[in-house]
Amino acid sequence: MSPDRVDDLLTAGDEAGFDAPSTREVRQETMVINMGPQHPSTHGVLRLLLELDGETVVSCAPVIGYLHTGIEKNTEYRTWQQGVTYVTRADYLSPFFNELGYCLAVEKLLGVEAPPRAQVLRVLFCEMNRIASHLVWLATSGMELGAISVMLYGFREREQILDIFEAATGLRMNHAYIRIGGVVMDLPEGGLERIGDFLDTMPGRIDEYERLLSKNPIWLQRNVDVGRLSAGDALAYGVTGPTLRAAGVPRDVRRDEPYSGYETYAFDVVTREGADCYARYEIRIEEMRQSLGIVEQCIERLREPGPVMIEDPKLGWPARLEVGPDGIGNSPAYVRHIMEESMEALIHHFKMVTEGVSVPAGEVYVPVESPRGELGMFVVADGSHRPYRVKIRDPSFVNLQAVPTMVEGGLVADTIAVISSIDPVMGGVDR
Amino acid sequence: MIAAELAERVRAVAPDVVVARGEVTLTVARDDVTATLDRLRAEPDLSFDFLASIAATDWPGRDPRFWVVYELASVEHLHRLRVKVGLPEADPTIPSVVDRFPTANWHEREAYDLFGITFEGHPDLRRILLPDGWEGWPLRKTEELGGVNTRYHGAFIPPVDRRTS
Amino acid sequence: MPVERLEGFQPGRTAEESEEEFKRGLLFTTLDRAVNWARKQSMWPVTFGLACCAIEMMATGAGDYDLSRWGMELFRASPRQADLMIVAGRVSQKMAPVLRTVYDQMPEPKWVISMGVCASAGGMFTNYAIVQGVDTIVPVDIYVPGCPPKPEMLMYGILRLHEKVRTEGRFR
Repeated sequence: MSPDRVDDLLTAGDEAGFDAPSTREVRQETMVINMGPQHPSTHGVLRLLLELDGETVVSCAPVIGYLHTGIEKNTEYRTWQQGVTYVTRADYLSPFFNELGYCLAVEKLLGVEAPPRAQVLRVLFCEMNRIASHLVWLATSGMELGAISVMLYGFREREQILDIFEAATGLRMNHAYIRIGGVVMDLPEGGLERIGDFLDTMPGRIDEYERLLSKNPIWLQRNVDVGRLSAGDALAYGVTGPTLRAAGVPRDVRRDEPYSGYETYAFDVVTREGADCYARYEIRIEEMRQSLGIVEQCIERLREPGPVMIEDPKLGWPARLEVGPDGIGNSPAYVRHIMEESMEALIHHFKMVTEGVSVPAGEVYVPVESPRGELGMFVVADGSHRPYRVKIRDPSFVNLQAVPTMVEGGLVADTIAVISSIDPVMGGVDR
Repeated sequence: MIAAELAERVRAVAPDVVVARGEVTLTVARDDVTATLDRLRAEPDLSFDFLASIAATDWPGRDPRFWVVYELASVEHLHRLRVKVGLPEADPTIPSVVDRFPTANWHEREAYDLFGITFEGHPDLRRILLPDGWEGWPLRKTEELGGVNTRYHGAFIPPVDRRTS
Repeated sequence: MPVERLEGFQPGRTAEESEEEFKRGLLFTTLDRAVNWARKQSMWPVTFGLACCAIEMMATGAGDYDLSRWGMELFRASPRQADLMIVAGRVSQKMAPVLRTVYDQMPEPKWVISMGVCASAGGMFTNYAIVQGVDTIVPVDIYVPGCPPKPEMLMYGILRLHEKVRTEGRFR
């Protein structure tokens, strides 16, 4: 949209005037509606300026920035390890992916690799996060299109996953679990069994969702042929993730540029040809199944013990942590060690926590495949103990650019279906 | 292509190529940006037709001060390339690539919003993340972090960028 | 009838409360109690979920930590039909006028719960972009800390608000 056009839309209400009813003229003009930022169905604080001709959308301009948090600026004033806690809150429905991208970037700058068990744990938690994120998508999409019971089912399954996250990391969301050099602690006692139980129940539940929705005539009518985005348009707009794969392009960072051992896992890259909302729905349901398969493979590899944090004392987090009454904290045995037994360990712990690691100068770009698409971390270091620049290439930020193409010419109600099929998370869009 | 091979191939397009940590970075001058991006896209064994991201960094005290970084990828060959352009402090403008890569629209608006870099030829260059009337370019290093000065129980806690640790 | 009192949570009435109510006259106190009871029984929140806390708020409303036990599962989209605003998430400078507009559109009586540390005090984001506490914009009744607060913590905050409404509200 041209700047003048947007200006017109923003001021249209003042200038529209009001014809007295007695003129009996039929007005042929379009109506400008503001959808959001406070709206139950826009998946967060997204504002859409819709120009409507009756129920048909003539043009659409998304306005973002209502959740701009200054995460990127804040990381420049904290140490490298503290950067994890900032970055994890960008795309808040897939926190493990933010952490993973950031830590992989910093490890690339340092020239180190996390130990193998840590890499398996990273893949495990990322795939479970993918399932949790797709469940939130299913729950909110269903609710927005009217299938309110799907909301309850989606969150019920998600609670199971969040219980596992809480047992392992101490938190349900925004974990700061994946850190530079590995992960912060190993699975708790009985963790593998719990995940195994979850793997037993989940496939049946996904079948339940499919039985409920896939052949439902209302669901089909609301989603098939709605929000078409061809492969050429998608690639031109930089769209990635399920929205791109729905157009038939098999692009998945886990397959194209594997990281953290993904080349050793067996899974399919799910694509469809429909390029509409229904194709994206099918892809996400199938991706949940594929993620369950990867989680199973991870569990097999976790049978043997091993270190979860890098051995190098200049890099690895010094403490042994435990889940305590208020989240993750230093284990009592470690506190006894640094306070009573070893002065050196205390000094080392102090330095690592206050100053942190020093990363050699350079810049890297590391992409990971988040549930929404390609999440890229562009990290610039200048040799000090603070990041110089952390830029998050968020998939939702780029995918939202394609919304006007998908929405213009359709009905207002289809706008909701389109937005929920892209699955944007405004925390990542605005950062 | 692996990094070293790719670097050789890109060096034929423009000379200033660096390979570090398995990534290939090409530095070009501001006037050559659009022509270089076109060549990188047109050559069949390079075919960089996907623009993943446009980032900007600020190095006050250096010349050039601002750097705009294009992350390119190839859908066919699955390799990546970084193209960097340096902009002087007095004149932080650069031609826009929106007509070549429509995805650049919001990325360039974000770089303008946070750094004040002007993209010539952009159809709609205005703020995207910050409110419309905001003054200043917050992500520049010369801008403060902001927040509040907090006083607590007789102590004074300055905002984060003025604390000593 | 003996009333069981939980630590820090007093569902019955203390001697001081009874004294005060007797002084205010019997008719009005009974009406007060009835109206306050009705107000707290079915308080409808307006959808004001912003960021991560919004997801925890949705989880609180969903099956496992059911808010409909207290009649609150119905999140109203229109502020005209709501009497509680749970500010769930970080409020950016761009969103602050929208927050105030939605608050102004809610009819009296209305209450505000500030959920999470970002809404209460700016959280970990002490920077240019985030309002350092929504109590600079709207009057807050209950602050629920956490990043994000667990559903149980939000429920405790909601129940404290119910107690506050039940014991302190005067409908005149």
